Amino acid sequence: MQLTLWTYEGPPHIGAMRVATAMTDVHYVLHAPQGDTYADLLFTMIERLPRRPPVTYTTFQARDLGGDTAELFKNAAREAHERFKPNAMLVGASCTAELIQDDPGGLALALNLPIPVVPLELPAYQRKENWGASETFYHLVRNLVPVGHSRTPLAGRQASCNILGPTALGFRHRDDVKEIQSLLQELGIAVNVVAPLNASVADLRRLAEADFNVVLYPELARTTAQWLQRSCEQPFTQAIPYGVNGTLDFIQEVRTLAGMVDSGKTLADYNQDSRAKWYAKSVDSTYLTGKRVFVFGDATHAIAAARVAHQEMGFEVVGLGTYSREFAREVRDAAKLYGIEALISDDYLEVEDAVKAQHPELLLGTQMERHIAKRLGVPCAVISAPMHVQDFPARYAPQMGFEGANVLFDTWVHPLMMGLEEHLLGMFREDFEFHDGAAPSHLGSGHTVAPQKAAVAQAAVVSGDPASNESSWAPEAEKELKKIPFFVRSKARRNTETFARERGLAQITVETMYEAKAHFSR
Amino acid sequence: MNAVIPIRSDAAGCAEPTVRTERGQREVFCGLTGIIWLHRKIQDAFFLVVGSRTCAHLIQSAAGVMIFAEPRFGTAIIDERDLAGLADCNDELDKVVDKLLSRRPDIRTLFLVGSCPSEVIKLDLSRAAERLSRVHTPRVRVLNYSGSGIETTFTQGEDACLQALVPVLPTLDAQADKRLLVVGTLADVVEDQMRRILADMGITQLDFFPPRNSTDLPAIGPNTRFLLAQPFLADTSLALESRGAQRLAAPFPLGAEGTTLWLQAAASEWGVSKTQFEAVTHAPHQRAEAALARQKVHLAGKKIFFFPDSQLEIPLARFLSRELGMQLAEIGTPYLHRKLMSEELALLPPGSQITEGQHVENQIDRCHAAAPDLVVCGLGLANPLEAQGLTTKWAIELVFTPIQGYEQAADLAELFSRPLRRRIKLAA
Repeated sequence: MQLTLWTYEGPPHIGAMRVATAMTDVHYVLHAPQGDTYADLLFTMIERLPRRPPVTYTTFQARDLGGDTAELFKNAAREAHERFKPNAMLVGASCTAELIQDDPGGLALALNLPIPVVPLELPAYQRKENWGASETFYHLVRNLVPVGHSRTPLAGRQASCNILGPTALGFRHRDDVKEIQSLLQELGIAVNVVAPLNASVADLRRLAEADFNVVLYPELARTTAQWLQRSCEQPFTQAIPYGVNGTLDFIQEVRTLAGMVDSGKTLADYNQDSRAKWYAKSVDSTYLTGKRVFVFGDATHAIAAARVAHQEMGFEVVGLGTYSREFAREVRDAAKLYGIEALISDDYLEVEDAVKAQHPELLLGTQMERHIAKRLGVPCAVISAPMHVQDFPARYAPQMGFEGANVLFDTWVHPLMMGLEEHLLGMFREDFEFHDGAAPSHLGSGHTVAPQKAAVAQAAVVSGDPASNESSWAPEAEKELKKIPFFVRSKARRNTETFARERGLAQITVETMYEAKAHFSR
Repeated sequence: MNAVIPIRSDAAGCAEPTVRTERGQREVFCGLTGIIWLHRKIQDAFFLVVGSRTCAHLIQSAAGVMIFAEPRFGTAIIDERDLAGLADCNDELDKVVDKLLSRRPDIRTLFLVGSCPSEVIKLDLSRAAERLSRVHTPRVRVLNYSGSGIETTFTQGEDACLQALVPVLPTLDAQADKRLLVVGTLADVVEDQMRRILADMGITQLDFFPPRNSTDLPAIGPNTRFLLAQPFLADTSLALESRGAQRLAAPFPLGAEGTTLWLQAAASEWGVSKTQFEAVTHAPHQRAEAALARQKVHLAGKKIFFFPDSQLEIPLARFLSRELGMQLAEIGTPYLHRKLMSEELALLPPGSQITEGQHVENQIDRCHAAAPDLVVCGLGLANPLEAQGLTTKWAIELVFTPIQGYEQAADLAELFSRPLRRRIKLAA
């Protein structure tokens, strides 16, 4: 039993719903108690889809448990087939139905429906949403794709690929697909099928016709891509087109898979044309140098965002973590690049503690980290699911490809105090408008990014640490500390105390503070 | 103006409402959802759901925007170790509760909330609550109720929660004066208004249940008279009656008329004179009617269709038809409690169509056939119905907004006129 306040992922049947809802003619019959229909609103309200998810719930109640819940399931499946006339049906159980063991798969097969019926075994007490989506996609593909399809040799014809991974309720999947499709078109590579998003059963049957697969979201599509590699000899991409460098790697990889020589636009040309790079190179971006950033999200977005933060923004990655346990190894490897230990956890409270300990100047996370950031008074940008109404913006805002890189640059820089403003705040501490609680001026008065209370509380926590109580602060030093901008003050306090402790100083004076500053200066 | 509208005055010879009972897919929340408002109302209580990841995800999603950095609710997620018997569920739960209470020293009442999985595996939360209460007394009282979908629909979660509190309410001295208990979560502002109006009539011996603090529990006994402020409190009502309290039958305080009749029930019991009642209610009643007249322009003659959601549907339908001139298509309700609803049913126009339970697909077909001007439904249906050309009102907003009493009557009407006005604005 685990205490959970917020959860990063839903149960695995939500993942199955994301696949079913993404597709055009698949229906999912879910054995589930009354109340589990809440999941519909994820799609109709958070994603604002104009249609109901193609899901029929048996919605059994206590009085049904004494009776025949299996019959209830069979009726629901039969009625769903008659009413919605899908071309394939997924059947499965949610957490409670798993406990009553009615075997939806067996029951549905016994109905002898004239369409493919794909039973899903998604253990709700072990696994979670992304895994559920991945399994669902894999089982659908396995059921529908004919094995042993032969393709003509690549030489002398246009190469084609599938784009695998985008689902309903995905973080900017809609826009990423558009961006990557147009990039592939520009490269002269045909897109055979995009799946599961907007794909039909007939589209899935055609998957083997492509020469290779582009895997945009490994959490959702790697299992499927691996099976297609084994069964249909389709290689798949490893590079994630996230950030300028990631996109360049991706271009190189797909060109190789498509058997193309570097023709037309060179990688250097693309690099030259990038607006994200143009902005990053401008002198007004120097204030971004070495900003301490903590990155947390699903594995793919977290790893890729850390790379962008490090290589393209000039930040220092001080924390990297994921809630995707299935991809812990990849995230651990990535963390080594920055000389840090990865945080693998789906416990919101543990993530909060880790963030607190690192005192980042920017938090790149999920909607949950937005709350952590608010509490700690740290600027934050959202880079990954879980989804929130705000993650389906009206504007075109991909995260992938070159436009995605531009979006990342703007989104991450926006919550930060601009360089000059940051300097002035540091210089004129007494200015009544430049008080601790003042937000970056471009965010307007409505934004109180850093409530004074939070900063004070944070400082209190730091000084309340028994290990740091060994040296006491002289009143003048305490006063001097207050002249340091709030967003670095707790770090200054912590560094000074560490410095004093290491030297066995009983009292921290103004002198100690500046010695510590010189000692820790980067 | 007649402050007291005689019930059934215009219902002579009318047909009883027809009630259809349906079974099928139910597009409704389970009782866990009530935690979203209960944890804000009772400020020193924590709601710990003992359930699955689905339960945690439901509350999080139903709360929509995650506004509370550290909410006063959480989930103890049952995992495979608990199910396989590798871990003892009770020991695990004790550990979770210890961790929780050490994080939140401000908590005075902890509710263990049962869920579908905890009920199917027959985890006895009442015994767990007793055990934990003994451990954490006197600092924290531990209670339990079920918010599971197999037992409760949406607002029934509040009913179950309040029912669990009834046995621990102190006993009102048998010699004490008669006291009024207003039952059901209300917005603080509504409570304050009602307290003022009732005090002006001389009813000052008054408590609200649930209280804002769980250590402030009202005393009850045979001298307690209670008024339901919410229509979904059948079990709480029975539990209060079993402790000797007497329910004052009345329609619910929605709209000017409903509020008047609701107050009248208390006034009659306390022997408030007609003159005094009029003196106290005249001004707010007039204000409400004037404000409602402005909303009536948008709503009169419009046809409304209710999908089942909170059990507020019947009182709302009564208000919208009688005070705003709307036509009622179908009134869906998850449950029809005829005794608690009898005053409301009597006020519905003749021949009203009530549907108890749900078969969502058939109901959507009927909704399209009825071609209503406005559909009241849950969030899972709203945007899809809008995309098909219907205008909708989210039902859940009716539970989260102060809508009771005179001063809120027009706000309530405005919740229904806004989608209609918006559609016209955007079309222009």
